[in-house]
Amino acid sequence: MAEARVGTAASGEVPFRGGGFRPRPVRYIGLTVFVLAILVMEWGTRAGWISNLTLPRPSDVGLTLWRLAETGLLWDHLLPSLGRFAVGSAMGVTAGIAVGLSIGLFSLARAGLVPVVAAIFPIPKIALLPLFVIWFGIGEGSKYALIALGTFTPTVVATYGAVDNVDRTLIRMGQSFGLSWASIVRKIVLPGAMPGILSGLRVSLAIAIILLTAAEMIGARYGIGAYVLEAGSLYDLERLFAGVTILSVLGVAVNWILSKVETRVLRWRM
Amino acid sequence: MSRSCRNLVDLRLDSISHAYGETQVLDGISLDIPSGRIVCVIGPSGCGKSTLLRMVGGLERPDQGSIVQMGAAPAGCLNPLTYIFQDFALLPWRSVAGNVELVLEDHPLTRAERRDIIDDVLRRTGLIEFRDTLPKNLSGGMKQRVAIARALAVKPAVWLMDEPLSALDAQTRELLMDDLVGLWSREAFTALYVTHNLAEAVRLGHQIVVLSRRPGRIREIVEVRTPLEARKTADPQLEAHQRRLWQLIRDEAQAADRELVNG
Repeated sequence: MAEARVGTAASGEVPFRGGGFRPRPVRYIGLTVFVLAILVMEWGTRAGWISNLTLPRPSDVGLTLWRLAETGLLWDHLLPSLGRFAVGSAMGVTAGIAVGLSIGLFSLARAGLVPVVAAIFPIPKIALLPLFVIWFGIGEGSKYALIALGTFTPTVVATYGAVDNVDRTLIRMGQSFGLSWASIVRKIVLPGAMPGILSGLRVSLAIAIILLTAAEMIGARYGIGAYVLEAGSLYDLERLFAGVTILSVLGVAVNWILSKVETRVLRWRM
Repeated sequence: MSRSCRNLVDLRLDSISHAYGETQVLDGISLDIPSGRIVCVIGPSGCGKSTLLRMVGGLERPDQGSIVQMGAAPAGCLNPLTYIFQDFALLPWRSVAGNVELVLEDHPLTRAERRDIIDDVLRRTGLIEFRDTLPKNLSGGMKQRVAIARALAVKPAVWLMDEPLSALDAQTRELLMDDLVGLWSREAFTALYVTHNLAEAVRLGHQIVVLSRRPGRIREIVEVRTPLEARKTADPQLEAHQRRLWQLIRDEAQAADRELVNG
């Protein structure tokens, strides 16, 4: 054994140095982090090293949520919010995809609309809310408009970027087989742009939730935003956090639905 | 070779010239593509052979000259000038059958007619068992077979083949050359076949058109008389042809290699 070692002093098993740099799914870790954070908060607030003014006790927030659901008040707030979210983002996304497609397909639309979109994109849409209140009234109209405009611009940018990225050889192939313009758009451009449009949708819908809350903080009696605002001005941390939790869950739910849609629509890429 | 269509011409290119901005790419190309024959175009890279093919298919307009399709297209022809692309150009979201169906959907065919055409071309290319497979699950050779099936489906008058085997490995290329020879022997088709691979040209071409370096001019047209079915890989006659072709383009290829891109 010892002799063998002497004889092969310079040799040895090749050390492994590859691998890594490739994210792989690890189950349950995400959930564990959540649970741990909540447990630490619970422990801190009970033991006293987190003061009641800094953070509410998670169990109290849970209780508040439970009571909210029990009294039916949850639905009074949640349903109008969901309605505004759905109507506003449906308007914005539909218009955004239509405008994005025409920018992607027509040079004239591109030349005319890209600068306009670039100018609207960086405006904090919340700043326009007073204007929308004048244009569309204090009711639902101004809220729809705010969410629609907020989802419109990122959808436009994502859509025309996705159309630009459609493989040109596929389009040439369509032309070389004499496919009609409408067929090329419907069967080659649209499916080819779908991955880009869907990932743009993730951004747009996250923005929609932010704007929903902002819109409901002005001139709404019911809605998660109104609920959070009221809790905040009373410094009722339990209710504030209950509202924030609902918004967060809403965001996660939207994301989950989108990934379900993605796996269905983009099965060819998996 | 007792084909009566020998002297018929399917396509006539008449003094085609073209420039991209300042750069002249093609200069006075005149060429007849006879019916039922495969005409190969070879030349150093950047000599404008792919540009020429795009012009023949109507995807690009030449500055000067004209391309005329002669005579009537075969019965049932849906797309007289049909391409086979180097990178296959298959829709990744459609199955094998769906990719073939794509080029039939714009034509007034009944569902049964469409299905019959698809079944027929998939059978002829050995793809029938891969009907519902997505392109990403197919090898390169199979992908190009799907593209060939798609072209068969529209019964072209002239096949325009743009380096169809260049994206494949050497063994797959051999197999596909056999497939193409088989298809041609069963039903002679007319093709304009662009390649930079001399072995492919002498294996598949009845005529080999040698283009010069940019601006592309026709330097020579070589006739290969051995029937397609009789051509073997190590045939001394074919190798002689290949050596001669290489002599013709060697210096040009070297010069083209040293040229600056867009210089």
